[in-house]
Amino acid sequence: MRYLLLSALLLSTAIHARGTGDLGVLIERADSSVQIVETSNNTSLARVNGLGDLSHASIVYSRDAQFAYVFGRDGGLSKIDILSATLVARTLQSGNSIGGAISQDGRLVAVSNYKPGGVKIFDAETLELVADIPSTYGDKQQTSKVIGLVDSPGQKFVFSLWDAGEIWVLDMSDQNNPAIQKFKAIGLNPYDALITGDGRYYIAGLFGEDGMALLDLWDLDKGVKRILPNYGRGEEKLPVYKMPHLEGWAVAGNLAFVPAVGRHEVLVIDMLNWSEAARIKVHGQPIFVMARPDGRQVWVNFALPNNDTIQIIDTQRLAVVKQIKPGKGVLHMEFEPRGEEVWLSVRDEDRVEVYDTNTFERKAALPAKKPSGIFFTARAHRIGL
Amino acid sequence: MKPSILSALSLLVSCWAAADSSISPSRQQYLNNLLIQDCGSCHGLTMKGGLGPALLPTSLKNKPAAFITATILDGRPGTAMPAWRPLLSDQEAAWLTARLLSGDL
Ligand code: HEC
Repeated sequence: MRYLLLSALLLSTAIHARGTGDLGVLIERADSSVQIVETSNNTSLARVNGLGDLSHASIVYSRDAQFAYVFGRDGGLSKIDILSATLVARTLQSGNSIGGAISQDGRLVAVSNYKPGGVKIFDAETLELVADIPSTYGDKQQTSKVIGLVDSPGQKFVFSLWDAGEIWVLDMSDQNNPAIQKFKAIGLNPYDALITGDGRYYIAGLFGEDGMALLDLWDLDKGVKRILPNYGRGEEKLPVYKMPHLEGWAVAGNLAFVPAVGRHEVLVIDMLNWSEAARIKVHGQPIFVMARPDGRQVWVNFALPNNDTIQIIDTQRLAVVKQIKPGKGVLHMEFEPRGEEVWLSVRDEDRVEVYDTNTFERKAALPAKKPSGIFFTARAHRIGL
Repeated sequence: MKPSILSALSLLVSCWAAADSSISPSRQQYLNNLLIQDCGSCHGLTMKGGLGPALLPTSLKNKPAAFITATILDGRPGTAMPAWRPLLSDQEAAWLTARLLSGDL
């Protein structure tokens, strides 16, 4: 009780008159809650409860970086004011969802759904439904699970259909007449996708076959091109205990770093000709492959049974230069905006840890209940995040 | 003398066997966490489905336990369901099946 009063006091005094540039939200996946954290002193400011099933939950920010939109697994879309730490709007928009995006002008929030499959577009202010785009395919009797939803310049959203093997480009510049361009037969089971920081290239990883599907959004007429024919599970087909994520398109110079599917490797792609430049042997099956904002280091976490470990790759030497073991269940990492520190969620140890990226020293540890995703407000101003 | 050593030995052996055939409480805790968190990352934390189908008792009711256990151990080739045999014993997979069928996670 005293704690409650104290935190309420702290909330009304400390959080109110401040900017949001050093704030972030971390997901507590088993507890239907998120924590608001700040990165100047590495502390937790408040908790917001009542957000539903948050496994695999992700977040995008409003353009003023005051509001966080939380996309929950149970189809819940919640809008949180991170300054007052209050839930300001919430809608259960489908049965089963996976991710979301915010439009270039910040007025529309899109959610991608597994069940029933499709994308729904909401007014970012009120969370009222603006458009419903079912992901029907084939004979139009069935809908596909939708993955890899990102925003792209020109009020567009781009996403992929897991069951159908398609990429759709949705143009919302006329809200009343959504225009869809479909690219079919892009490959079997796209599992996730990413967009380059300039908003030009959309790349989907394929689970069902080798290679990746590349779409140049500056030249849609060229269609989808298959790249990296040797990227994938190959002959061996090791069991994949967790789908890799492609969200953090780690780029250093003209090199991009992506997780191999079901292999103990990080692939390096030369973006000048989309060919494979190198393969780096790592400790396990990589999940997230994230570049420090300056691109000099790439941090990698792993699937079971190696999910207690992080490896750090030096992008000039193309080699692992450091390994740390924060604890069981390292699920996600997020760099502070200029990269001097990185936050790691250590799910099975119920804590979040902060590391200095130069010395690799642990700077802080914060208690959190089964933490997963960590999202800082710097994302508000980046295409595709 | 000799028989008593022998019987002590056989007692020891049978103890080992017993320990082997029951899953320790700490391992059970580990398996429970695995089921909710790691199976949950594809099947949903509450097993209502995600990339993989729902694993609620109602969704599994027409499937024999042995079939479910086999699916866990060997996965489903050609789908995203991985084989857990490298990480779990037959017994542990059967235990997970029982947990799923109980619906009480
Ligand atoms: C990487 C994703 C993924 C993970 C992790 C995963 N599964 Fe699955 N699972 C699937 C998919 C996809 C299917 C559907 C396969 C098919 O199409 O037949 C499935 C199917 C199943 C089935 C068969 C259901 C039925 O109705 O026949 C069972 C049982 C099952 N999984 C149990 C588990 C258990 C237990 C775990 C954890 C030890 C687990 N799964 C982890 C993706 C996954």
